[in-house]
Amino acid sequence: MRLERREQRPLWLMIGAPVLAIIAALALSGILIAIAGAPVFEAYRRILIGAFGSRLSATETLTRATPLMLTGLAAAVAFRARLWNIGAEGQFYLGAIAVAAFGSKLLAGLPAPILIPLLLVIGAMAGMVLILIPLWLRLRFSVDEVVTSLLMNFIAVLFVSMLIDGVLKDPLAFGWPQSQPVADHAMLPKLIARSRLHIGLAIAVVLAVIVYLIQSRTVFGMQSRAAGLNPQGAVFAGVPLGRTLVKVACLSGGLAGLAGAIEVMGVKGYVTTDLSPGFGYAGIVVAMLANLNPIGVVFAALFTAIMFVGADGMSRSLGIPTYIADVTVALSLLTMLVALFFTQYRIRR
Amino acid sequence: MSVLFDILASAGLWAAILRIATPLIFGTLGALLCERAGVLNLGIEGIMTFGAMIGWLSVYHGADLWTGLLVAAIAGGIFGVLHSVLTVTLGLSQHVAGLGVTLFASSFSYYVFRLIVPVAGTPPTIVPFQPIDVPFLSSLPFLGPALFTQTAPTYLAIVVALILAYVIFRTPVGLAIRMTGENPHAAEAQGVNPMKVRYGAVIVGSALMAVGGAFLTLSAFNSFFPTMVQGRGWICIALVVFASWRPGRALFGALLFAFFDAFQLRLQTAVEGVPYQIFLMTPYILSIAALAVMARRARVPQALMQPYRRGER
Repeated sequence: MRLERREQRPLWLMIGAPVLAIIAALALSGILIAIAGAPVFEAYRRILIGAFGSRLSATETLTRATPLMLTGLAAAVAFRARLWNIGAEGQFYLGAIAVAAFGSKLLAGLPAPILIPLLLVIGAMAGMVLILIPLWLRLRFSVDEVVTSLLMNFIAVLFVSMLIDGVLKDPLAFGWPQSQPVADHAMLPKLIARSRLHIGLAIAVVLAVIVYLIQSRTVFGMQSRAAGLNPQGAVFAGVPLGRTLVKVACLSGGLAGLAGAIEVMGVKGYVTTDLSPGFGYAGIVVAMLANLNPIGVVFAALFTAIMFVGADGMSRSLGIPTYIADVTVALSLLTMLVALFFTQYRIRR
Repeated sequence: MSVLFDILASAGLWAAILRIATPLIFGTLGALLCERAGVLNLGIEGIMTFGAMIGWLSVYHGADLWTGLLVAAIAGGIFGVLHSVLTVTLGLSQHVAGLGVTLFASSFSYYVFRLIVPVAGTPPTIVPFQPIDVPFLSSLPFLGPALFTQTAPTYLAIVVALILAYVIFRTPVGLAIRMTGENPHAAEAQGVNPMKVRYGAVIVGSALMAVGGAFLTLSAFNSFFPTMVQGRGWICIALVVFASWRPGRALFGALLFAFFDAFQLRLQTAVEGVPYQIFLMTPYILSIAALAVMARRARVPQALMQPYRRGER
């Protein structure tokens, strides 16, 4: 028995494999739900009700999907160029704290039509700064960026914690470490009244389309793909590898920083060190579930958000730990990896 | 300056260094063994978390402490099998597969823990490993309390480092591991099965990682809480580079790192007016700095991260 590379990939397999992977992951976590002593199908029904059952829960799911789309895009663009940016969590926090720093007092005098775009740009730039450090270490000292970008997460969160305990601390927060709130007119407009759903969702979807167009239609998109597929070959073919990676890094870090900025300006209005329940790390899974396809990221983020929002209600009513959502999402990453493998290889006897 | 001197002169600091270093020694040796055979194992953070959880849970349910460590090691080995299937058999990207293993292992740990131990006001505890006074040596002035009053797993960590150094550089098994990490095709020509070597190294390496995690719940603390591994796994990955893939230097690197960590903890209480977060950042900043200094000089196993498929180059 041996593995053999497929000459061509049939369409049914390209569509069927991800679907099968999700089904397999749901079946595996179903075993865990059954071990916990709960009815499996009822549990999944409750997850769907929890995520879509009412206007409130549906808008909540979409609100949760918004930062996941952006961090998912951040991971997808980087991974495609084999730039292993595992630092989206830190970039998210830096984008968030930059918005809190500039949006609370410094620039609060500006009118909303100028202030909001400006703050979004500032958030994105903060994210870029953080990813450029690991990239610089890779290009200058050939240090693998996986570990460095990941360690930057810890540094970034501690840095944010220091600021919201110090210069940026909100004196009105009863001593809680919490940043000063951004000005009211810096908050993003709502998409649907009387819900938390804000215009950030539209921004994220538009950005997914733009990233898709950049990747499929521009020279830079082609170069970043070449840099990922075969760095030596790319250099031989005249791709400026360093410059391409810097652009990829800026795009990736910028998207992650933007995710933090949008979360502050869309939902919370201020920064705490639990602003993100792991949006940066979940973004990696989202990107992989989408097979690094920017449009796929939108749907993968939705799936992930459904699991997280839906599992809350399910866990409360059936007495299952909410961590089942994390387990299911992690399992679907593993099954997706295997499924994608079988779109490229077949087993021959 | 006298503050610094007081800290350095206290036996407590040196005892703490060995304690802090222990999980890092296990983890770094585990990661090193995998990488020597050519497999990057980024599952380490999750495997350590699972080891910490399952080791604690076994003891909580009546197993003795050594059995707890053994259970953790076996569980780590099982995650090693998972990582091997993904990276060795299927030849998937080692980066992505490792991250997948980490995400799964840590979320699975939290799930199992919450399932068996419901939320309570105070977390349930166990009786952890007690310090062993090494006869005669522990009564030495200063050195005694500093070095010879550790718990058993700490001594075990140092022994494992020495054994691993011997195995890698002085035995046929070690030669096979190193050849597989450098050039699996050449290894196969010499009658070595690179697939088996990689499976073996990843399984044993992952078992060591899990034992490192279990040290946290069975010796350093007496209860389990999520996020208790706190990035130690990633620091181990950095320490492997710092150690240039040599077990002896891994031992030294883990101790050096633990020195900075123990030192900053004490400095935090001694120095006022500096935000404590600055001190907490230093271990991570030092890891990055160590990587930058060592990465260019280090001799990476040449086949690291390259999947091996028979007859395919």
